[in-house]
Amino acid sequence: MQGALRSGKFPDGHASVSETSARVRRLVEPLTVPVLSVLTALLVGAGVIAAAGGDPLAAYAGLLEGAFGSARALSETAVWTTPYLLAGLGVACAFQGGLFNIGAEGQLALGAVAAAWAGYGLPALLGGTLPAALHVPLTLLCGATAGAAWAAIPGWLKTRTGAHEVINTIMLNYVALNAVSYLLNGPLKDPTPGNVIARTPLIAESARIPVFVDTLRVHWGFPLALALAALVGWGLERTTLGFAIRTVGASPDAARAAGMNVQRTVVLTMAMSGALVGLGGAIEVTALNHRHELGFSQGYGFDAIAVALLGRNHPGGVVLSALLFGAMRNGATRMQYLTQIPADVISVIQALILLFVAADGLVRRLYRLRGGAAPLTLTRGWGG
Amino acid sequence: MTADLARDPEAHARPDEDRPASSTPSVPPPPSVPPPPPALEARAITRRCPGALANDAVNFVLREGEVHALLGENGAGKSTLMNILYGMVPPDSGEIWRSGRRVTLRSPSDAIALGIGMVHQHFMLIPGFTVAENVLLGAEITGRFGMLDPRRASAEVRALSERHGLPVDPDARVADLPVGIQQRVEILKALHRKAEVLILDEPTAVLTPQEVGELFTVLRGLKARGTSIVIISHKLKEVRAVADRITVMRAGRVVGETTPAEADEQRLATMMVGREVLLTADRSPAQPGDEVLRVRDLHVRDGQGLPAVRGVSFSVHAGEILGIAGVQGNGQTELAEVLSGLRRPTEGQISLAGRDVTTASPRALIDAGLSHIPEDRQRHGLVASYSVADNLALATWNRPPFAAHGVRDEKAVRARAEALVKTYDMRPPNPDALVANLSGGNQQKVIIARELDRPVTLLLASQPTRGVDVGSIEAIHRAIVAARDSGAAVLLVSAELDEILALSDRVAVMSRGEIAAILDASEATREQLGLLMAGARTTP
Repeated sequence: MQGALRSGKFPDGHASVSETSARVRRLVEPLTVPVLSVLTALLVGAGVIAAAGGDPLAAYAGLLEGAFGSARALSETAVWTTPYLLAGLGVACAFQGGLFNIGAEGQLALGAVAAAWAGYGLPALLGGTLPAALHVPLTLLCGATAGAAWAAIPGWLKTRTGAHEVINTIMLNYVALNAVSYLLNGPLKDPTPGNVIARTPLIAESARIPVFVDTLRVHWGFPLALALAALVGWGLERTTLGFAIRTVGASPDAARAAGMNVQRTVVLTMAMSGALVGLGGAIEVTALNHRHELGFSQGYGFDAIAVALLGRNHPGGVVLSALLFGAMRNGATRMQYLTQIPADVISVIQALILLFVAADGLVRRLYRLRGGAAPLTLTRGWGG
Repeated sequence: MTADLARDPEAHARPDEDRPASSTPSVPPPPSVPPPPPALEARAITRRCPGALANDAVNFVLREGEVHALLGENGAGKSTLMNILYGMVPPDSGEIWRSGRRVTLRSPSDAIALGIGMVHQHFMLIPGFTVAENVLLGAEITGRFGMLDPRRASAEVRALSERHGLPVDPDARVADLPVGIQQRVEILKALHRKAEVLILDEPTAVLTPQEVGELFTVLRGLKARGTSIVIISHKLKEVRAVADRITVMRAGRVVGETTPAEADEQRLATMMVGREVLLTADRSPAQPGDEVLRVRDLHVRDGQGLPAVRGVSFSVHAGEILGIAGVQGNGQTELAEVLSGLRRPTEGQISLAGRDVTTASPRALIDAGLSHIPEDRQRHGLVASYSVADNLALATWNRPPFAAHGVRDEKAVRARAEALVKTYDMRPPNPDALVANLSGGNQQKVIIARELDRPVTLLLASQPTRGVDVGSIEAIHRAIVAARDSGAAVLLVSAELDEILALSDRVAVMSRGEIAAILDASEATREQLGLLMAGARTTP
């Protein structure tokens, strides 16, 4: 307080200088810990690779080449990034509202299976064929709605009974994954003769999101996800709903006293979170796999938590961290091919990143950083 | 709370009196010349906190057998200095001397070993334990095989309390005792550890005026037996009533040392704040209009489901201030929560400007013209991680001028904030400053600026100046009176009798969830209110 008062007394020239530097600091400060966490994780990862008898430099060179070394590498990085980005956005959205959505894995699977059903089943249901301009949005909408509805349940339970969303989102993962497994083995199973795989039929051509170039897998879902990140960022920052979500997240008591409908906001936040995650699953189906198959998810829903945290729950940050995760997952294959170092090392590094980001104080002490932003509140106690 | 009250033995009579009146010791003679030697000394103590000097080369001398008040606003560095003298935080530089010897305090146990005891503002007692168990905690009396010996423990604590004139039942459970007696247990704890120097941090904050009087009697008794006492306070009346000498701190520095004889309240306030301060709110008589708030037979349960408000009825008219006086925890908090829509009543009826709002939501109440200065400003009034500007837009964040069609107008938010920051003289004068970095007084200004920046039908102000510096109190009181004069009905809930008397047109006294009496402010006396607050049913 004293310091702030004194800095306010600087003559004008000083004030503008310190204002500019303050603006730079505001921009750099939130990036410091995530960037240092990634670097530290890569350093420790290098130690792990060396201990396993590999050459860390060669491994990381292979990783880079695999992620960015060619048009195909770049295309695949974008393909991997898309689900990370959407699921990460969803989880970040919930965090902004003070809610910990651990249920992304289940919401993703339900989004995917709903989109798959809409992809192959809707035309028949509506008697005939649908134009792509209608079928694609409808399919995506189905996926988003499924995710939203599923995520809204723990939100509603929280406002109604005080049941904690952490427990309920985890529990609903099991329900969702088993339900999807049933659907894929039962009512929605691909009826092609001789099929023994738990998967849906292929979706109609009219439900498919196109690729840019025939030879590459990168599809229009990627720019769509980027656009959604911008939209979510604008919405949180500039709309009254976003302000309410952030206020409920920062202080539900103050939000209530200010006349905000905390209960409605909580349910809405979870639904929005689930919609984004479900859309992630839907895009995997409509743009990439063209069907849903049991076990298609590479753990996107859980990695999404790491993506959101590394991105500090800011949509711009989530774009960067999703790109990082996409690039690492994609490059890992090439790394393994070139150096015989198992791609699983990448999982270790991703886990380390999450560890360092979560243990923010550890990184600050390691690099002698002063001060620090307000501690990140991930979730509140029971019945909050 | 006043000098006369503290010295008036009549005022000590309390309904739950259960100890001999003869324990009141005689007032000792004034300090002799030459002055007694120092018992505890701080020499050039400096302590840096992030962004500020909490203590800047502070010198402080406590002499043997005196009551020395350390006076200053919140954040002036009083508690930091005392925490240093009690070994809780180390100084960055400077020396501590105890009875002519330089000492180093690494922890409170060092301080205790040197005969220094401290009673913290928030008591460090275990509610489920008895008085004796609490006093002896850490120094338990054991019999054979290390078994506890409760009988001997109880006898020892009884002897200790009688020796020091601090009557208390050693076998009573601390949770069952009133706050004033709990404080006595804290003092006994320190005395049991052979404290010759006693530091009391804001000891009167939670007491009724009568309990304050009793505390001062106890302190004078301890002084007569040779204990040297430091009392930290920001209440001018109390400081003048009890202290032999007064050291005033401001912004981490000692600005002067004086005595109650040399400095009147106005002088002390000026020293504390650094400029002339208006101690009484300047206001004209009320011109009450129509009934705005009407509360009938209201019953409310607290968070534990226990009855907190038990059948309260009153009304507030436009253009008047109804003050609700009472010691903390007598149902005022729950009453204010119900009136602001944060809690549901179990029975009764509330109407605001003729409309039934018994179960209205905060939103509906705000729309009906309620402005609310909540008791817990950190929890209900502000979002600490938001800027001043965003906090100023909090209650009407979704309507013009702050938003239209669901999109926020950040330019309008900022423009309004710039104007309000100027009007209310907030420091720092920066709408982008985070509210978390503001002082208590400035945080409160943010809330008041926001709540009065729209048409006000009813202003509900709960403890509006708690933890607020003297300089800001003046501005806050002016704003409340201005709201009244512009035709708002004002319900003021405050545990500070001074505030109630300075602002109210009528005073309702709450005690144990009921309204003991509603008096005209011009007729109410401090003593009368004090007795009603303490639970007297009829006015004396």
